[in-house]
Amino acid sequence: MNEYNFAYLDEQTKRMIRRAILKGLAVPGYQVPFASREMPMPYGWGTGGVQVSAATLTPKDTLKVIDQGADDTTNAVSIRKFFENTAGVETTEETEKATVIQTRHRIPEAKLREDQIIVYQVPIPEPLRFLEPRETETRKMHSLEEYGLMHVKLYEDISQHGAISTAYAYPVYVSDRYVMDPSPIPKFDNPKLEMDAIQLFGAGREQRIYAIPPHTKVVSLDFEDYPFEATKAEHCCDLCGAEDSYLDEVIMDDAGNRMFVCSDTDYCRSRREAGHMGRLAGENAA
Amino acid sequence: MYVAVKGGEKAIENAHAWLAEERRGATDIAELSIAQIREQLSLAVNRVMAEGSLYDPDLAALAIKQARGDLIEAVFLIRAYRTTLPRFGYSNPIATGEMACDRRISATFKDAPGGQVLGPTFDCTHRLLDFKLAAEGEVLAAPTAHPRTGATPHITEFLKGEDIIQDEPASDATPGDLTREPMEFPSTRPLRLQSLTRGDEGFVLGMAYSTQRGYARNHAFVGELRIGKVVVEMDIPELGFAIDIGEIEVTECETVNQFKGSKTEPPQFTRGYGLVFGQSERKSIAMALVDRALRWEELGEDNLGAPAQDEEFVLSHADNVQATGFLEHIKLPHYVDFQSELELVRKLRREAEERNASQEAEPSERGPL
Amino acid sequence: MNPLLQVKGIEKRYGARIGCRDVSFDLYPSEVMGIVGESGSGKSTLLNCMAGHLQPDAGQVIFDTRADGPVDTVTMSEPERRMLSRTDWAFVHQHARDGLRVTISAGGNIGERLMAVGERHYGAIRGRAIDWLGRVEIDETRVDDRPSAFSGGMQQRLQIARNLVTGPRLVFMDEPTGGLDVSVQARLLDLLRGLVREMGLSAVIVTHDLAVVRLLADRLMVMKDGHVVEAGLTDQVLDDPQHAYTQLLVSSVLQV
Repeated sequence: MNEYNFAYLDEQTKRMIRRAILKGLAVPGYQVPFASREMPMPYGWGTGGVQVSAATLTPKDTLKVIDQGADDTTNAVSIRKFFENTAGVETTEETEKATVIQTRHRIPEAKLREDQIIVYQVPIPEPLRFLEPRETETRKMHSLEEYGLMHVKLYEDISQHGAISTAYAYPVYVSDRYVMDPSPIPKFDNPKLEMDAIQLFGAGREQRIYAIPPHTKVVSLDFEDYPFEATKAEHCCDLCGAEDSYLDEVIMDDAGNRMFVCSDTDYCRSRREAGHMGRLAGENAA
Repeated sequence: MYVAVKGGEKAIENAHAWLAEERRGATDIAELSIAQIREQLSLAVNRVMAEGSLYDPDLAALAIKQARGDLIEAVFLIRAYRTTLPRFGYSNPIATGEMACDRRISATFKDAPGGQVLGPTFDCTHRLLDFKLAAEGEVLAAPTAHPRTGATPHITEFLKGEDIIQDEPASDATPGDLTREPMEFPSTRPLRLQSLTRGDEGFVLGMAYSTQRGYARNHAFVGELRIGKVVVEMDIPELGFAIDIGEIEVTECETVNQFKGSKTEPPQFTRGYGLVFGQSERKSIAMALVDRALRWEELGEDNLGAPAQDEEFVLSHADNVQATGFLEHIKLPHYVDFQSELELVRKLRREAEERNASQEAEPSERGPL
Repeated sequence: MNPLLQVKGIEKRYGARIGCRDVSFDLYPSEVMGIVGESGSGKSTLLNCMAGHLQPDAGQVIFDTRADGPVDTVTMSEPERRMLSRTDWAFVHQHARDGLRVTISAGGNIGERLMAVGERHYGAIRGRAIDWLGRVEIDETRVDDRPSAFSGGMQQRLQIARNLVTGPRLVFMDEPTGGLDVSVQARLLDLLRGLVREMGLSAVIVTHDLAVVRLLADRLMVMKDGHVVEAGLTDQVLDDPQHAYTQLLVSSVLQV
């Protein structure tokens, strides 16, 4: 694909996206409108993340792409291949070695460093969207910090279900100013949003970019008497025995037997290589 | 026993190879050429050009072939290609009054300078399957005549001469570019028209139809519908004048809509506008109706809460490439989100059961619900 | 004592038509001002100008704020004005549905203003919601029901609870009993009178119903064609109307 520029986008477009990224970093949690381009992959499949990654990558970078925590899900494979072809950058599955990580729906288990950038794919950037569908209204609510409605939603959850019933895309309050959608990561990942790495969020179809600079205060919305809880399946990983990782549930047979495995495939692999074993590790050929 | 799913890359490659085979179909049947698609499926080609926002019949035909006839997929291919093209500049506005019309009809006047020209239309054909076409016979040549020379004036110009139709004030302001700036609301009419002309034909049709059925009815007459070729001119700064860079075929529709008036303003007709690449009557009429519905505020009408009056609703949902991408993305893995909901629902059920159990044990105590 | 609200020379035009013109009055703490007039008299326009829903073309609406004393709310920044309208101000709409969130439970409706000003304890919010349901005579078992399941009178009482929960100092009411059955109106008026006295509320009530002002308002302004034709103590104006239009209003009520 030599006929395309480095990382597919032309330099003019990349500059425009970089300006949006810098603005986003300067105003943490604020959604910066940007003139999203039509990418050669469908909207909703990571076009925002891909554009942000394209504007972020340099030839020296090492890229990791995950979807649902795994490097081998089809869309992750497809996006990684896209950048291998258009940017020729090195790619890796090891979180440690990556300088740029594009992700859909997860934050890696390994602690990210200051010299790393994580790029999230975002379907709906507006945390208020399902309370108020109008962009004209939600922008006003953000600018006036009118977030009462957000807690009304949590109040309704508790009054109906006895608990806050948001399990993913759990809204956060960034730097005591903006309510932000952390993309559909499970709420288990929310505490990791206060991290050392730069976090960039790209929503292609909705034409928005936002960011969290390193070491920024990020608070998950809750009530004093119903505090936020980062939950996961109450199991250990059946392959590597990890107790602290987010787990996928896999149906193993017709009888409905289940096993639980790390959703972060690289984390699981590295633990197994270090000799950790889970309940079913002995039976596992992989 | 359990082996994590691996080899995604190989699976993807195989799937794509199979797709290519399916696209070709049975190899003992002759392959379609791009020229065949361009010439014989020209309305499909027109639609792909219009919604792909790129006037190039050969590329549109290629996209249709590659997309196995899925026109939204073809539009997507064109859009993705279009984004990578360098911008040399913007053309001057096309002069549709100078159009060499293949078709030109008015529903408001029986006759007018330039006449009623039916042109190649499905109108008044009887929709009977023509089995002769299955026999691959030659078509009879259509009778010909000398084309009328000279410009065909717009019907609305006659109404404007009488000052009985709302004026469209001329402006030399450069309109915004939908593909270069993020859409923000409230929008402007040029951006609305850009969005509608590349919007999904089915969506725009549905919106227009809803206005006819009473959801913000604005009673439209097709003042004029014309199809034909227009010259595209571009200013070349080095030359200091404009030169022709080519010719495109467009369909233009101007509707004459219900009049309004007030104590200070005499009653006058209003208008809606549609302009679409290629021959696309349905789309251009629909576009004009939706354009008119969206102008309620400018024309001092009431917001009736109808979908077609709601700029943010119409423009946010008209683009089929956006819509289909987001719709189809829900087939991508969502294991992680689903798992978190699964855990939550299990927990809530457990807690509800515990509450019920404790209520049965102590019937006097009231639960929190 | 300083006035809580000083309205000075308010004027609002719709093109060439006058909405209201040259309206001025002072409102003191714990005082209720009634504004009467037929529809089109400009009373709702005036109310919306005062409450910040409409931008007046001229005039001042000076409110005695807790922090900075008297401030003109017309020239205030929008965030400041919005802050006022969810803390010290309240607005009761004629149609309860305009002032409620119909897809949210009664408790959530009452709790919204508390959460908007930073209350973050679910138990406390719910406690106050239940307390307020009691004060507006709605059974506490309805706390998780949506207002769409409520009768018109209940919806209006819920709207009042939702507005008063943050202890506002000034309440604007637009025909609060309009559209309700007569028996329901009487109960609502009783309730409002009790709350106004008990909380020492100041209020501006717009209505075309003289019974409402007789019961609730200390003072009265009569509006016609966009301006005030008569003003004074409620009993005085109603018992001894001076202006011909007021006389007509009063006599037409007596005939009924």
